[in-house]
Amino acid sequence: MRELRAAFPKTIPVLMGYLFLGITYGILMVTNGFPFWLPILTALVIYTGSMEFLLVGILLSPFNPFSVLATTLMVGARHIFYGLSMLTKYRGTGKAKFYLIYTTSDETFALNCDAGIPEGLSRSRYYFWVSFLDQMYWVAGSALGALFGGFLTFNTEGLDFVMTAMFVCIFLNQWLRDSDSLHLRYGRHIPWSALFLSHVPELAGVGASLLCLLVFGPERFIIPSMIAILAILALSRKQVEPAANRLRFEAK
Amino acid sequence: MTMTLPQAVITVAIVIAGTVFTRFISYLAFPEGKAIPPFITYLGKVLGPAVFGLLVVYCFRNSDLFTPFALGGTHGIPELIGLLVTSVLFCWKRNMMVSMLAGTVAYMLIVQLVF
Repeated sequence: MRELRAAFPKTIPVLMGYLFLGITYGILMVTNGFPFWLPILTALVIYTGSMEFLLVGILLSPFNPFSVLATTLMVGARHIFYGLSMLTKYRGTGKAKFYLIYTTSDETFALNCDAGIPEGLSRSRYYFWVSFLDQMYWVAGSALGALFGGFLTFNTEGLDFVMTAMFVCIFLNQWLRDSDSLHLRYGRHIPWSALFLSHVPELAGVGASLLCLLVFGPERFIIPSMIAILAILALSRKQVEPAANRLRFEAK
Repeated sequence: MTMTLPQAVITVAIVIAGTVFTRFISYLAFPEGKAIPPFITYLGKVLGPAVFGLLVVYCFRNSDLFTPFALGGTHGIPELIGLLVTSVLFCWKRNMMVSMLAGTVAYMLIVQLVF
């Protein structure tokens, strides 16, 4: 229960974002003529927002299993990166592990990857509560949208920005934490080379994605971005790894 | 619905299977007890921060930065203001809730009242 108390406040941004996006999803499904239980069931079982929104359109178009599979694998490809990032963190989580992997959404990954779990708490239970609460928010949102979407009167346009803001904060949090540990090490004057090397992953992520977005467009830039990020990080391993090791250990 | 019920069921099943596959593949490749190669451990450490960069860009993928002003649109201004409010507040106060709330409210006000 102490894990739940530590986890819940961290999930509040996801609560707001998921309720809103879930409600949108529920409304979208029902207004397109699908039964009310379909968005709820898919929210629970598929549980990946981007794919569910695509599913609405897919179900309305002619049957094409191969293109569905290709789209799913492409949209879901980023989960492979999440898996690699959580490999060591999710090791030894025992019975919860299957559930933790199954419910890795963008937001749950973000919270669990960036989690500063307080001393003395069970890691696996903390991860479980974050994952479980997030999933329930998404299902609750979809159910609310599917059942009561018609009664919504408050203007929610732009509320989905809450999710963007969350990713921005987590990104900045990692950046600032790296800078903090550099300050601890070098004092006020951090050498430029150390500053740059410690931020190579963040810079590679933003830089490669922006470039690929411009080149490939919003619908197909994710896979090229992932390949570019992987290439940059693999090629710069010799320079980046020592910095990364120091930072990640001091930050813990 | 243009699909028959079995076709719809198969479609949903494929989406479930594909998603599960992408989620589990890394863990299946490196199960408990099997040593993780140093290169993968390295990737595990650096991919996290890089992926957040990708996620941030992903959130902004549909903002229309390049529509000429004569054609109208938002030119990504609401997104940029939301991003600015969120980032400046976060770097200053280091409080996630406060900066998310302020950034989102700023964004909502702009898209609802200005554009």
